[in-house]
Amino acid sequence: MSDLADADRGADARSVKTIRTRLIQRYPWLRGYLLMSPTLIVMLAMLVTPIVALVVRSFWTQHVFEIDTTFTLRNYAQIFELSDRITYWFGIPFPLANPVYLILLVKSIAMSLVVTIVVVLVAYPMAYFMAFRVTRHKMLWLILITIPIWTSYLLRVFAWKIMLGFNGVINSSLMNLGIIDAPLEFLLYNPTAVIITLAHAWVAFAILPIYVSLEKIDRSLLEAATDLGDKPWERFWHVTLPLSAPGTIATTLLVFIPTVGDYVTPSLVGGSGGSMIGNSIQLLFGRRNDAPLGSAVSVVMMATITLIVCLFLWFVDYRKIRARGTN
Amino acid sequence: MRKGPDLLTAYGILFLVFLYAPVLLLPLFSFNDATVAVFPLKGFTLKAYVQMINNPQLLTALKNSLVVAVSVSLVSTTFGLLAAMGVTRYKLPGQGPVMGGIMLPLVVPSIILSVALLVVLRQVFDIPLTLWTVGAGHVLICVPFSMLVLMSRLEGFDRSLEEASSDLGESAWMTFWRVTFPLAMPGIVASLLMSFTISLDEYVMAFFLSGVDQTLPIFLYSQLRFPQRLPMTLALGTTILVISTFIVVFSEILRRRGVQSTKPTGL
Repeated sequence: MSDLADADRGADARSVKTIRTRLIQRYPWLRGYLLMSPTLIVMLAMLVTPIVALVVRSFWTQHVFEIDTTFTLRNYAQIFELSDRITYWFGIPFPLANPVYLILLVKSIAMSLVVTIVVVLVAYPMAYFMAFRVTRHKMLWLILITIPIWTSYLLRVFAWKIMLGFNGVINSSLMNLGIIDAPLEFLLYNPTAVIITLAHAWVAFAILPIYVSLEKIDRSLLEAATDLGDKPWERFWHVTLPLSAPGTIATTLLVFIPTVGDYVTPSLVGGSGGSMIGNSIQLLFGRRNDAPLGSAVSVVMMATITLIVCLFLWFVDYRKIRARGTN
Repeated sequence: MRKGPDLLTAYGILFLVFLYAPVLLLPLFSFNDATVAVFPLKGFTLKAYVQMINNPQLLTALKNSLVVAVSVSLVSTTFGLLAAMGVTRYKLPGQGPVMGGIMLPLVVPSIILSVALLVVLRQVFDIPLTLWTVGAGHVLICVPFSMLVLMSRLEGFDRSLEEASSDLGESAWMTFWRVTFPLAMPGIVASLLMSFTISLDEYVMAFFLSGVDQTLPIFLYSQLRFPQRLPMTLALGTTILVISTFIVVFSEILRRRGVQSTKPTGL
């Protein structure tokens, strides 16, 4: 009896093996996915599942220690609930009962936009310099740009904490030297301080994609433009800038998306006025112990970022730019 | 091209100064004999460093961070290597969306990844928060980097070397060990070092996903609240900075040697 069962199992195992071999022979790419399976499992278990759980969680409610799992829109209602009491933020009316979340979201997006624009404006000439002017020691320049990307983000913010503020290096030095009498206000803990710090932290990151797309440009196109009578500035405007658009767009997204949710920088150099949406998410999951509302705020933030990114890509006509880049 | 110094070169040099100056304040003030970070400097001292190595809490945090970072770098490099082989060796249907999904952790704000993982770990599976959960979170953000580094390395060398090996009768396994693995070595080392540094420096995920065991960045952050501990914090920051700079330079040289000759590479 047991012999039979064993034999059966053996046959099963063999047929499973032949089926697998046949499948792989017919579809060789299965082997590729097999090799990728550990990574795919990590992504499924730790990216897809958690995000789904986060969305589901945002439709539940928290009672002090227990979680009520009945479906409700209450958390979203709390964020979007209208009220007669109008809160103004920089002249923008927010007729909401709990305006803090949407105000912080709008504020975070505005601050990230400023950071992104500053970063692209500062990084582009540097990338241009590295692609067109640096001929010797290119590797050295690349490594110098790369080091700050990989060394601690926290330490760079810490460094700015020492620089800025009332007793910061900049203010105290300038006052000791007698150049100023009172501390420079824009260096105190406020949104400007957050923007400076964020821009500094992300600018090295921004150079590489722009640099790569500049480096890819066929130099004969530039010569052709000159031969056809373009002045250097016209040549830049007509040839270089459009051809480097894919890298510039990549940089824009690479900086904008993560900075909206940043909370380390605002909590270290932002003071009370410089906090961003990430801070309130952290509070909701931490001290406020309201994970469902925190999840809802996170979902609203993700949705808003996705919407902005899609609008931006549609606006710059990304498909056309990419097609042009590959031709 | 124009020769000699020009505006753009001046900009490039200024840019580097702007990039490095704030960070270089950490080592500068860590040797300064004062409890506040202001100019003028008072005098040279190693007091802060002595304080640092005599702090048991710090040493525990360091040990925790090292354990996590070493494990994370091994796991994410293994996974990244397998995945990179899968992507570079086979024409996969649906490769675009799959790759997009894998690279997502590079752009999604880490606070979203952290709270999402927190929800799953605590409220769905009720797994206690330990260094394991921190490590798992770090693997998620390191695998895309490992994969990118290894993909560019694997694309850089000739596929026919592997074919020759199997034509000469080596098994797939032996081909991997005797051909693919040695050729991918610079990429593997670069990936190990890079994921090690990412994990060693990562704060947000570690903050959300750790229990009672602190990692080094969490310890550092907690010290920032105490002004009187500034010198020691500066010393610790400097030490981390020096170590990660060495690792980064080494891995960058390895990585760029491997691929630079054939095509320009960014990330």
